Amino acid sequence: MSEALLSVRDLCVDFTTYGRPLSVLKNVSLDVAARSQAALVGETGSGKTVTTKAIMGILRQPPATITAGRILYDGRDLLTMSKKERLALRGTAMAMVFQDPVRSLNPVFSIGDQMRTILKYADRRLGRHRTRTQRMDRVLEVLGQVRMREPERVARSYPVMLSGGMCQRVLIAMALLSEPKLLIADEPGTALDVTTQAQILRLLNKLVEEQDLALLMITHNLGVVRETSNYVYVMHNGKVVEHGRTDEIFAAPKEEYTGRLIAAVPRMTGGMSFGTREAAR
Amino acid sequence: MSGSMLRIENLTKTFPVRSAFGRISGEVTAVDNVSFDIEKGRVYGLAGESGSGKSTIARMIMGLTRPTAGKIFLDGLNITDTGSGRARRGKVQMVFQNPGSSLNARRTIGQSIAVPLDAHGHPRRDRARRIDELLEMVQLPAEFAERYPHELSGGQKQRVAIARALAIPPKLLVLDEPTSALDVSVQARVVDLLVDLGRRLDLTFLFISHDLSLMRNFAQSVGVLYLGKIVETGETAEVFENPQHDYTKLLLASVPVVSAEEEAMRPALPIVDGDILTSGSLLAGSKTGVERMEK
Repeated sequence: MSEALLSVRDLCVDFTTYGRPLSVLKNVSLDVAARSQAALVGETGSGKTVTTKAIMGILRQPPATITAGRILYDGRDLLTMSKKERLALRGTAMAMVFQDPVRSLNPVFSIGDQMRTILKYADRRLGRHRTRTQRMDRVLEVLGQVRMREPERVARSYPVMLSGGMCQRVLIAMALLSEPKLLIADEPGTALDVTTQAQILRLLNKLVEEQDLALLMITHNLGVVRETSNYVYVMHNGKVVEHGRTDEIFAAPKEEYTGRLIAAVPRMTGGMSFGTREAAR
Repeated sequence: MSGSMLRIENLTKTFPVRSAFGRISGEVTAVDNVSFDIEKGRVYGLAGESGSGKSTIARMIMGLTRPTAGKIFLDGLNITDTGSGRARRGKVQMVFQNPGSSLNARRTIGQSIAVPLDAHGHPRRDRARRIDELLEMVQLPAEFAERYPHELSGGQKQRVAIARALAIPPKLLVLDEPTSALDVSVQARVVDLLVDLGRRLDLTFLFISHDLSLMRNFAQSVGVLYLGKIVETGETAEVFENPQHDYTKLLLASVPVVSAEEEAMRPALPIVDGDILTSGSLLAGSKTGVERMEK
C-alpha cells in the first residue's frame, strides 16, 4: 500500500441538486504505483471525471461535496493539506492532460508564450528560479520530447496553426514541463482521428518509459485501456465494480457488468451479429 | 430483389479556396472521381478520417451539395442534377451524427416526427397514430411524443432521429456516424435496431464512419476514402483481413483493440524512410507525402 504514488481511499462525493444531495461517488478506492500504467474506465456518468477532478483538486464545491475518504499522494493527504501545499503539487508533481486539445489552448497567445507562463508559475510555486532563456530552453526541450519536428517553429505558432494531433502533443508537453511523477490523461485522442489517436497513445507509452512517469488513463474506450495500462479500474454508477490486471480482466472479467461492456465492443475480426432474434425470424 | 439501389459514377466535387479578401485563389478537390455501387438490401460502408470527403459524398447523395462532375443513380434514376426535392422524395433519408443538434430543441418529439409526415402530405387524421407506430418501431414508449429532446438520453434521441428518417419509409438510409456520440453499450443497441428495421422495411444502408470495428461488423462491403479518393474497396472481411493499400493498413493498425485475436490480425504499421507513416502529416503536408503513400 505504501508504495502507491497515488492512493484514493473510500472517496465519497455528493452533488447537491434542487437542494437534495445525490451520491455520485460511492467509496471509490484506487491505487497508482510509481512508474506504473493504470486506467480508469467507465461509460458516460460513471463518475470517472468526478474522480479525476477530485484528485486534481479542481472539483467545484459547491455543488459537489467530498463527504468521506482520503486522497493520498506520496503518503500525504491532499484533502487535509494546506492550500499552498496543494498548489505546489498540482501541475508540477501531478499533471493532467485534458480531452479537447484545441479548446484547452488559448487562441490569442503563441504556444511558446503559454508554455513559458505555465513554467514560470510552476517554478514560483516550487520556489525555483529560471531566467527567460532557461525557460525557453526548457519549453523547446519538452516540445522535442513529444516528438515535434521543429520545436522552435511550434513555439512560435498559435493554436489555429496546428493540427489537432499537434495540439494534443502540446498539451502533453505542457503537462511534462515540471517533470511530474504522475500524469493523468483524460480521454487523450478521443477528439482526434484514429491514426492520430494511435500516435498519441504510442507517445504516452514511450514517455512513461523515458521519464519514469506513472500514468492514470481516464477513458471510455476499452481498446485504449488494453493498449495503455497494466492495471484497470472499471467504474459504473459511481462505484469501482471491478479492478485487476488489465490482461486478466480482458481475458476473464469477474463482474457481469465488465463482461457486458467488453462484449459490446465490436471486434475487428468480425463475428458480431446485430439485430434481435425476434426480428431475424 | 437484387439490383443496384445507389450507383455513384466518377463523382467529383471541388470547392473554391478563397483568400482572406474573398478572391478565389485556387480550388480543393474534396471528392475525387469516386465510384461505387450499393446493391439493394445491402450495407455499404464508407470509411475515412476527417477531411477524406465522406460527408461531402453524403451531402451530394442527399442533394444538399451539387457535384462538380459525375453521376448519381438512385434506384436506376439519374438524380445528379435534381435538387433535394422530388426525385429523392420517399426514397432516401439521412440520420445525422449528433442527435443533440439535429433535433429541434423547441419541438416535442412528436412535432419533430410530424414534420416529414406533413411535408409528404400524410393524412392529418392519421398523424398521431403514425407517430405512435414510429415510436414503437424504434422501441420508445408512446408518451415520448410529448417530451422535449433535453428530456431524452443520447441513445433515445438517436432513436427519435431514426424514427423521423423512417416516417415516410425510404429505400436508402444514409447514416453519417450515427453512433459516434454514444456509449458502446448504447451503440450496440442502436445498431441492433437499425439491422432489425433494415430487415423489416427492406432498407439499403450507406454507413459512413471512422469507426472501423463497427464497420467490420455492420457493413458487408467497404470503401476506404483517403483525400477524396477511394483507395481500396471490397468485401469487408476481405479488406480487413488482407489490406492492400498502405493507408488501409495504417488505418487498421491504428484501431485500439480488446483481444489478442484482433491484435494477431493487425497489419504492421507502414514504415517509410524509418518513419511511421502518418495521415496527419500527409493532410497538412505537400504532394511529397501523398507520393510517399502511393508507393
